[in-house]
Order: sequence, then structure tokens, then C-alpha cells
Amino acid sequence: MNLKTRKLLDRSFSGMGLVAIAVMAMALVVILAPIIGKGAGAFIFRGTIEHRKVMFNCWNRGNPDQMAEEIAQTDAARQPIYELISTFEAELKEMARTDRKPYKQPLRDLKKAVAGLLGPTPGARTPVLMRQQYGATRKDRADIKLDEILYTEEWDYSNPDAMGVLVKTPRAEQFAGTSLEPLFRTLEKNIDAMLQTHLTFYWQFLIDTSKDSHIFGGIGPEVLGTLYLTLGAMLFAIPMGVIAAIYLCEYAKEGRVISFIRTCISTLAGVPSIVFGLFGLAFFLNTIHISDSKSVLAGSLTLALLVLPTVIRSSEEAILAVPRAYKEAAMSLGAGKWHTVLTVILPAALPGILTGVVISMGRAAGETAPIIFTAAVSVGRPLLPLQTLSQPTPALPWNIYNLCTEHEAVDEIRHVQFGMVFTLIAIVLLLNTVAIIMRARISKKLRG
Amino acid sequence: MSEEIKMKQAAHFADYEKSKLCCNPDHIKTEDFSVFYGDFEAVKKVTCGFPKGLVTAMIGPSGCGKSTLLRSINRMNDLIPRCRAKGKMVFADEDIYRQDIDVVSLRMRVGMVFQKPNVFPKSIYDNIAYGPRLQGIRKRIELDELVETSLNQAAIWDEVKDRLTSNALGMSGGQQQRLCLARALAVKPEILLMDEPTSALDPKATAKIEDLIAQLREQYTLIIVTHNMQQAARVSDLTAFMYEGTLVEFGKTKEIFTRPKKKQTEDYITGRFG
Repeated sequence: MNLKTRKLLDRSFSGMGLVAIAVMAMALVVILAPIIGKGAGAFIFRGTIEHRKVMFNCWNRGNPDQMAEEIAQTDAARQPIYELISTFEAELKEMARTDRKPYKQPLRDLKKAVAGLLGPTPGARTPVLMRQQYGATRKDRADIKLDEILYTEEWDYSNPDAMGVLVKTPRAEQFAGTSLEPLFRTLEKNIDAMLQTHLTFYWQFLIDTSKDSHIFGGIGPEVLGTLYLTLGAMLFAIPMGVIAAIYLCEYAKEGRVISFIRTCISTLAGVPSIVFGLFGLAFFLNTIHISDSKSVLAGSLTLALLVLPTVIRSSEEAILAVPRAYKEAAMSLGAGKWHTVLTVILPAALPGILTGVVISMGRAAGETAPIIFTAAVSVGRPLLPLQTLSQPTPALPWNIYNLCTEHEAVDEIRHVQFGMVFTLIAIVLLLNTVAIIMRARISKKLRG
Repeated sequence: MSEEIKMKQAAHFADYEKSKLCCNPDHIKTEDFSVFYGDFEAVKKVTCGFPKGLVTAMIGPSGCGKSTLLRSINRMNDLIPRCRAKGKMVFADEDIYRQDIDVVSLRMRVGMVFQKPNVFPKSIYDNIAYGPRLQGIRKRIELDELVETSLNQAAIWDEVKDRLTSNALGMSGGQQQRLCLARALAVKPEILLMDEPTSALDPKATAKIEDLIAQLREQYTLIIVTHNMQQAARVSDLTAFMYEGTLVEFGKTKEIFTRPKKKQTEDYITGRFG
């Protein structure tokens, strides 16, 4: 092979490598950008007076005098709307029955749509469901609700060969010529005064409990549950994994049994996570009854089993990578085996072990399947540390799935879903960063 | 074992007995001592003694079993799987290959310096204090004193006294090897084994180690494996020449290098093979 060909090959290889890395980076950007963009919407958004009302009523946040003033202002701005409606209702009563009929259903729809935007009519009985006690709390939701008032939507299927077409007709047409017609213009014009939208920074999203299954409030119990599960899993997996790795590397005599065990560990790493979940249910909960219901403890143990192969493998590699010379030096100075392991081998292997821990921590935080049967519930209170032994918890991965698929108002709480994804990624990154910094520090100390 | 080898060994034992003009008693001795790696016999029925307070050099071509023999003196070969020993190795009236021997305390009495400097990735102080701490010395003053004496013995105190807390891996190779020596001395051994201690060092660092060896004799029994025959000639009182696992000749260094009794020894020393 001549020089030119070799150089060309070298260049094309490094070029391909660069392309692969670039593609990966781009994929990462494509995935992360919307998550960060939309996830940030859970924390920073344009909140209406309704949001502040929820905050004030449920968490007692905000200045009461200012709240009263704002509520008075918005009520005043809303008053004309309600007046128009009641005037029209009074007019209807005067009308002949046949004239009244065409307005009956549209009026009912209109009142429902208005309640969606502004909350229940003042003076009316408070609805039972909390989600009906308030209007739109966020600007983006308010825009949609306003649209629902201004237009009726209907699907047109008249052409059998094409897909249905959404037809929007101004609701004003239904009330043309009545005293209600100006309502729509007034509403559109004064919407800002009615809702008093401010830019809101809602960091408490991270610690608040949720009200009315995530329609209001934050994801505090989920965040706490995820931390409990991850740290709990590590609490079991790290000691077990590292001790197993030490045994395999330092104490076990190479033979059929040991190589069989190694194969088993590798196989364990390939078992689908749902199988671990079922195993956790069958073993920890149904067989040894570790707790009466699903619990963080059972979930942590299941997750620990899931990440154990990773921890063992990486610890084993880290221990094997420690120079034999260290071991010989310690032995020649009269150190026993376990003392050598404790004072020389483990400190030198620590950076490698931490790498495995970082990977498995991210995995434990994000796994859904193992906790479905063993630890996770959709809605719950934040747990005290001791309660983790016996009680289930909501956790981010499970709740992301749950809120995106099974929630009755999936569309209303998009911001919560994205906020959860964002928070989960942030937690994993944070845990990883801590571990990486720790590893860098230890490596530096070892290198001198 | 062939008759020839047996005769050879009997002969060199007789040689050794004759050459024993110094009155130092044997500190450690082997009787029909063999080491196997699996089925391969790396050391073949060696019988010899290392006198107290003298420097014994072991020379021989690569793979002749000299390192293996050295490492079996403090049972470092235990770390190698499938390695086993046969015969006797007597130290302080005890066969150190008996089942119930305490290997840890043996290794405290028989220190070792390795071919490559193998300092721990810890501070200089912690490196030296590692052995004493194992023996249960916890008092700071005692440790400080031990560290200073050991570093002084290894002639490195002046170079490192201002950076005892910095990582030992930051030192040069020669310094590291002297630190290893100091670390071995801190355990207060009786015998010090050195496995090609200067093969990874430059001539200047080598000279320093050789000076140290000269200073350490009398206090310790030193056994050195070396590839460098000049080194053996410079530093040792006795020299053992090994070839293919057998001890070919063992005698005073001067005699071996000037009037070797065996043809093989002569050939090796004059550079005809090896």
C-alpha cells in the first residue's frame, strides 16, 4: 500500500468518526432542545390571575391586599360579560317559546366556554371538582379557551373522499342581532384586563404537591420519590456490587463455577426491565412480604438488582486495572489480603467504580418498568424517610408515562408532562455531574 | 532429577562450605528447594544459605529462576496462581513453607524492593507509614520519627522533607525507588530482598542505590537479583550463579568473578552466553 492510499484511509477514517460524532451531537440537540424549551414552560410562563388565586388559596402565597385589589380589578373587568349574559337570559324569558328554543343550547355552550376561561360565574354555587373552580391559569391555555368562546368548531365530512375538515364559525353568528352579540367583541378587547397576565417564575413547581391530579400545583412528591428510589437502589447496589467484584477478582479461584457466575452476571444485564419488575413483585412483595403494599423499599431493591450487573462489571474492571505492583508492594510490607484491598486496591479503583455508579444511577433514576409493580403510584403525598419502608411513592418516570397516556385531561397538562421530563433529565445530569466531579478529584489525588 | 544435577549440587554445596571463611551464620537457607509454575520447574532443588549481614547477589541469564527463588523467600510467589514450592526454606529455625506459618509476619521480617518503583498513589508520608501502621503504630510522634529515620536511611530525607504530604507519584523514578527502599526499611525487616532494583533507573540513580546497599550491609542481610554483572561485582560479598533453575556456583564474589570453578559460570561472566 503506498503512502497516498494510507494517508487517504487515515483521513477518511477520522472523517467518518467526526461525522458520527456530529450526527450524535445533532440528535442530542434535536432531542434536548424541545425538552428544555417546553420543560422550562412549567417554571417560567405567563400566569393569569387564576394562577395567583390558586397559589393564594392552596399555598397561601402572595400579598393578600394586592390579591384583593387584583381580584377586584379583574372582577370589575369581567362584570360586563356576566351582565350581558344575564340581560340576554332575561330577554329570553320574555320571548315566545318557539323564538327561545334556537338559543337554548348555544347559550348553554357559551356559558360553559366562558366558565372554562374565567372560572365559575360569580355568586353561583362552587363546583365540586377543583379544576372547575378556577379559570385558565396560564396564558397559553387562556388563548385556547378564548378561541373556544369565540368560535364553534365542527368537522365537515361532506366529501367522502377526503379527510374531515375542521370548520370554525364565529359564535357571534349564533347570537346575531341579539343583545349578546357585543359580548364577543368586549371579551376579545378586554381579555388582558380580565386575566391580568404576568410573567411568572414558578420554581415551587419542583416542591409543590399536585392538586386535582396535576391540574394545579407541582411535582414535589414525584421528585422526592425519584430521589428516594435512586439513592435507595444505590444504597443496596454499590456495597453488594463492589463486594461481589472484590470477591470475584481477589478471592475467587478461577474455575468453572466462577466463569459460570460471570456469565450469569452478564446475562442478568440483558434481562428486560419489565422482567425485573415482575420479579420484584413476585419475590419482594408476594413471597417475602417486605411490605404490605408496594413500597419504595421494594422498588429500590428491584432497581438495585437491575443495576447490579453494571456495578459489578465496572467495579471488576476497575479493580483488575489497578497495577499488580501496588498489591505486591502492600503484600511485601505485611498487609493481609483484605487490608490490601481496603487500603490500596479500592482507593486506586475508586474512579473506575464511580464510572459504573454514574451509569447505573442514571439508569435507576429513569427506569419505569421495574417500579410499576413494586413502588410507583400515580398520585401521592411526599414521603418521610421512614415511610419509604412501607409506602409507595409517585416517581417521575412512571408519572411521565401515566400523565401522557392515562390522565383524563392529557391536553390540559402538557406543561406538567414536559416539566417532569425536564426535571428527570436535570436530576440525572445533576447526579452525574456530582459523581464526575468526585471522580475527577479522586483521580487527581491519585495521579499526584 | 538426574544424577548429574544432584552431583552438581553436592559439589557446589561443598564449594560453598569451603568458601565460608567469614564466620557469619546463615540467616536463611534452603534445602532441596524447588518451585513449580504448574508443571514447569522453575527452581530445581536448590540448597544454599544466605549469611547474615552480607550482600548476596544472584546472577544468571533471564528465566534461570533467580527472581523466582528470591520471591519465594518472603512467599511473594503465593500471589501467582498455580505456583507451588517443594522442599525446605528455613528462617529463624522454622520452615516458612509450613502450613501454619504466619505469612504476614514473615513478610514483615523479610522486606522487598521490586524491579519497578511501585510507590502507592498516596502521599510520601503515607507511603512510608503504611507498614508501621499495619503493625499497629498509630501515634503521630512515633510515626513521624519512623518516617524520618527511614527516609534518612534511604538518603532521600533532604530531598523530600518539605513535601511529605505531596503525592509520591510526582517524584522521579530514582527517588521513587529510594522511597520504596525507605518504605521497606520502615517495617524494620531483618532481610531485604531486591529484585533487580536498578534495572529501571538511569546510571546516576543506580549509583545512589548501590551506595545505599553498601551502607545497609551489616545491619541487614541483603539478597539482590541483578542482570548487571558489574553491579554484582561492585556491591556483593557473595555471588550465586543460577542457570536453568539450578544453582551452578555459589561463592565469594571475588573468586567467582576472577577464578570461577565452573565452565558455565566462566562462560556467562565473560559474556560468551546469556
